[in-house]
Amino acid sequence: MTWLWFSTDTNQDYFKTIDETITTLDIGNRIVLENNVNDTSEIITIKGDDAGLEEGLLSLRKGAVVVEMNLIYKTENQEWKFSIKGESLSFSSLKVPETGPMETKDDVEGLLLEKAYLFEKAIHLINGLFNAFLKLRASVEWDQTVVPAIRKWVLP
Amino acid sequence: MGIFSSSVSITQYFVEGKLDEPIIETISKGLKKQSIEEIDNESSDKAIGWTCFNDPFNTDFDKNPFLIGTHLVFSMRIDKKSIPAKIVQKHYTLEMKKRLESSGREFLSKTEKKEIKDHVLHLLNLRIPATPNIYDLIWNYEEGRLWFFSNLKGANEELETLFTRSFKLKLIRLFPYSMATLTSPLSDMEKDTIAQLSQTRFTE
Repeated sequence: MTWLWFSTDTNQDYFKTIDETITTLDIGNRIVLENNVNDTSEIITIKGDDAGLEEGLLSLRKGAVVVEMNLIYKTENQEWKFSIKGESLSFSSLKVPETGPMETKDDVEGLLLEKAYLFEKAIHLINGLFNAFLKLRASVEWDQTVVPAIRKWVLP
Repeated sequence: MGIFSSSVSITQYFVEGKLDEPIIETISKGLKKQSIEEIDNESSDKAIGWTCFNDPFNTDFDKNPFLIGTHLVFSMRIDKKSIPAKIVQKHYTLEMKKRLESSGREFLSKTEKKEIKDHVLHLLNLRIPATPNIYDLIWNYEEGRLWFFSNLKGANEELETLFTRSFKLKLIRLFPYSMATLTSPLSDMEKDTIAQLSQTRFTE
């Protein structure tokens, strides 16, 4: 997840390789970091719409890693907001773009299909990013290029 | 938490195995066999089963379609009665007093006390209505994918048990490890590499 934060901050174009409809993917109003030192765990939570991420970066410098984050995924005219936990990759507080109203019982089917499509978009993005991360993590590029770049980003 | 809520939670699953043909009929049978039973006037304190997604207090799967487009959509309902401990204690104490008075004794045996407690719980469960909790799911049968609309540990565990009992298929929760081994497009060599990796430290 630390890699994901790094990617949102430094290489937005990369996300186009996962989802060609994406405009931006940014950190939302919550990020949780964990620092394990000498068998003790320190949890740092930064939340709030106006919260800056400086303290998060400071925690990264101290050796913490991101364990949970809220993300804002935008395409040209739609927006998704959700939180993802690193240990489970399950979605919480997932808000998808507005759908049409449900006025009659017959609207249920259409609305469900529309909702399913919108859930699929967010799930597809996260699964795609995870698969891309795995590929990268298993390659020599991880140690040779990515890790030095993240270290430079954490400790400029 | 429902599909139509403004904010949802989703746990992803991989469905392992194939159903007997005709598939829709097999699913219908599984749903009916494990549909939820009402316990409001029963002494049971918990019931778990399937219910219709568009009408969670109805289990008539013939009238309420569970096939929408290519998606199978239905809900799991957990009905649970929770009696506050203080109410149980009150009725237990009253019942013990009654028993002592009628028997003319000063003490009750361990077995008698247990008997009274069970009796009190039985009577209270008959009187207290169950609280329903509804969890929707969308199952893409062709792709072997299922989205369960909750991250609650208890609800996820109940789903896994109920699903296997109903359809004789294994439901595997997708989290980083199971995604890497089951659903990722990695080669076997890459999977082996991933399995041997340890966490990267970015501050060294």
